Amino acid sequence: MTRASTDGQRVLAAHRFRQMLAELVDRPIRLMEVCGTHSQAIGRFGLRQLLPADLRLLSGPGCPVCVTTPGEISAMIALATSGVIVCTFGDMMRVPGHTDNGSAPPTLSLAKAQGADVRVVYSPLQAVEIAQAHPDREVVFLGVGFETTAPAVAAAVLSAARQRVPNLSVFAAHKLVPPALVALLQSPGVALDGLLCPGHVSTIIGAQAYAPLVQQYGIPCAVAGFAPGEIMAGILSLVRQVRAGEARVDNDYARAVRPEGNPLALRTMYEVFRPADTTWRGLGTIADSGLAFREAYRGFDAVARHGVEVAVLPEPPGCCCGAVLRGAISPRDCPSFGDPCRPESPVGPCMVSSEGSCAAEWRYGQLAPEVREVTA
Amino acid sequence: MAEPVVTLAHGGGGASTRQLLRDILLPLLDPAHALHLEDAALLPAAAGSPAWAITTDGFTVRPLFFPGGDIGKLAVCGTVNDLAMRGARPEVLTVSMVLEEGLPLGTLERVVASMRATLDAVGAVVVAGDTKVVERGRGDGMFLSMSGLGKVQVSPPPAAFRAQPGDQVLINGPIGDHGIAVLAARENLGFSVAVESDCAPLWSLVETMLSAGGPDVHVLRDPTRGGLAAALNEIAADSRVGVIIREADLTVTAGVRGACDLLGFDPLTIANEGKVVAFVAPRQATAVLEAMRAHPLGRGSAVIGEVITDSPGRVLLETDLGTRRLVDMPGGELLPRIC
Repeated sequence: MTRASTDGQRVLAAHRFRQMLAELVDRPIRLMEVCGTHSQAIGRFGLRQLLPADLRLLSGPGCPVCVTTPGEISAMIALATSGVIVCTFGDMMRVPGHTDNGSAPPTLSLAKAQGADVRVVYSPLQAVEIAQAHPDREVVFLGVGFETTAPAVAAAVLSAARQRVPNLSVFAAHKLVPPALVALLQSPGVALDGLLCPGHVSTIIGAQAYAPLVQQYGIPCAVAGFAPGEIMAGILSLVRQVRAGEARVDNDYARAVRPEGNPLALRTMYEVFRPADTTWRGLGTIADSGLAFREAYRGFDAVARHGVEVAVLPEPPGCCCGAVLRGAISPRDCPSFGDPCRPESPVGPCMVSSEGSCAAEWRYGQLAPEVREVTA
Repeated sequence: MAEPVVTLAHGGGGASTRQLLRDILLPLLDPAHALHLEDAALLPAAAGSPAWAITTDGFTVRPLFFPGGDIGKLAVCGTVNDLAMRGARPEVLTVSMVLEEGLPLGTLERVVASMRATLDAVGAVVVAGDTKVVERGRGDGMFLSMSGLGKVQVSPPPAAFRAQPGDQVLINGPIGDHGIAVLAARENLGFSVAVESDCAPLWSLVETMLSAGGPDVHVLRDPTRGGLAAALNEIAADSRVGVIIREADLTVTAGVRGACDLLGFDPLTIANEGKVVAFVAPRQATAVLEAMRAHPLGRGSAVIGEVITDSPGRVLLETDLGTRRLVDMPGGELLPRIC
């Protein structure tokens, strides 16, 4: 197929999507895209410009960096300045911890600039290699991420256990998506008509994982991929369910997501970890929404090994990330948005992470209405 | 609060780099040259003879050798390309090398041979140099720094403040190859990336463009650090115009697209080392495009957008869906996301 005809088809698909929604949406509908990668993609493709005024897309808690608490981030920065080698995914580098923290640097990036040994890795297995290369140093991997990441971290722990790597541990701040969605649906003031469910997480947990939400809360769900056509299909699925007064799980990402997910990845994750209560930024403490080390792998727990204290800290002053993550407000409703909170000088994590909804709004959403004229 | 320090974001070529320039470095510059930040400065010449363009650039890259190039080729290309962006034929260069104790001499020889080959291709010469050696652990194998002088071949020379409404925006091929090739060579990404750096000296391509378009070639920029997004934002700001580009006309290779999707990067913000963005008056745009396509480094050239009067200082992108979004100045360091 030639490039030009593909582009033509995309514009045509966008045009049809817009027309269908204009016909289908006959009342105010609020949908939440749970996943930060969806928020980014929706901004990048300008999809909001195709929606009728009555259809609102709210960003949810699906940005791993964003839901990590200020206490966890401050503890990670403290760990980095204590002399251990800290390995992390890049997203964490510029997230501000608690700013009122004495002389501690406010981010991992600044801790590194001041001499801390912080290394950006692309896979948790690299942390195992770094630990093997520095047998005289303690190495800590920052385990941040949802069900997409946790199995890879568990696999790295299993690999370290097999190879008897004694100097590696993991700061397990993982979080599980379905319990957070339950908490969100239960929280007062959050009125949602449908959930656009994450693509990557669903490849692991499966489309069936959302069935209890549908049964208990009667909320329409649709699993979607990240191409524009896949996101449009997910939104149409949800709007059709709302119109028909139905609630079910539509799998609009069947090329990657099976009903049962990825059993091998789930087995690996649960061999090393067990569900445990954990605290989310914006959502508070949620039962069984995190992962703790099982007894057999306790030795890999960085929090225990290094005596890390995770304090309960308030949000940075002027930061509304919590409300943004609940879908209670849009990024632009936050008084700090744009001044002083910008990607190069972030107040909260939603402006830092490439998956943060404030970053998406800053990067893609700054057009004056007259410029947002749609050619489709 | 701790004392502010230099971070890697200050070297990313985006908003943080510009802030460092504005706050600390620009007072060092002669006020006449601090007004417009171009790839090379122009030195006035005697009446009737062409102006000289002068530039200086430092090169750090890990690994020293990567698919499509090495630090030596990169240094020569980076320096001559900065001259070419002012319409100047590169003539003489100088080089300063900081070598790390323990660097194999064979490695140095390979880098020098690569510099030699690139210089020959350009027709420029190195006329002075310096060498320093630092203790092991205090340098990344080697750091290079080069300065270059070239004679400006067109009047008025291309400049980032000369973009005019109606100008067509041209580029000589796909974007993001260099940044992704180096990243993949440096990091253990866990997936294979078949991308080669586009590192290339651009003077001969630029020469054909100037022959075709003359002074109607208003702006030339090589979108290096910060990628096409940073280059277009700088031009939009310096010329006080809006720029709109069309996603459908931009080429991104499958390897770059795939790596960017996985790592959460926007190809528009990834570095190039063999690309030139040209803003050309509409009456000469077709002639310049044809000249580019006839050159070996310009076969993939395309018109990707144009200059508009509204949204001054801003860069917009028309997506494949027909929607529009902003292309912001990248912030700083590229940090891969958690997925």
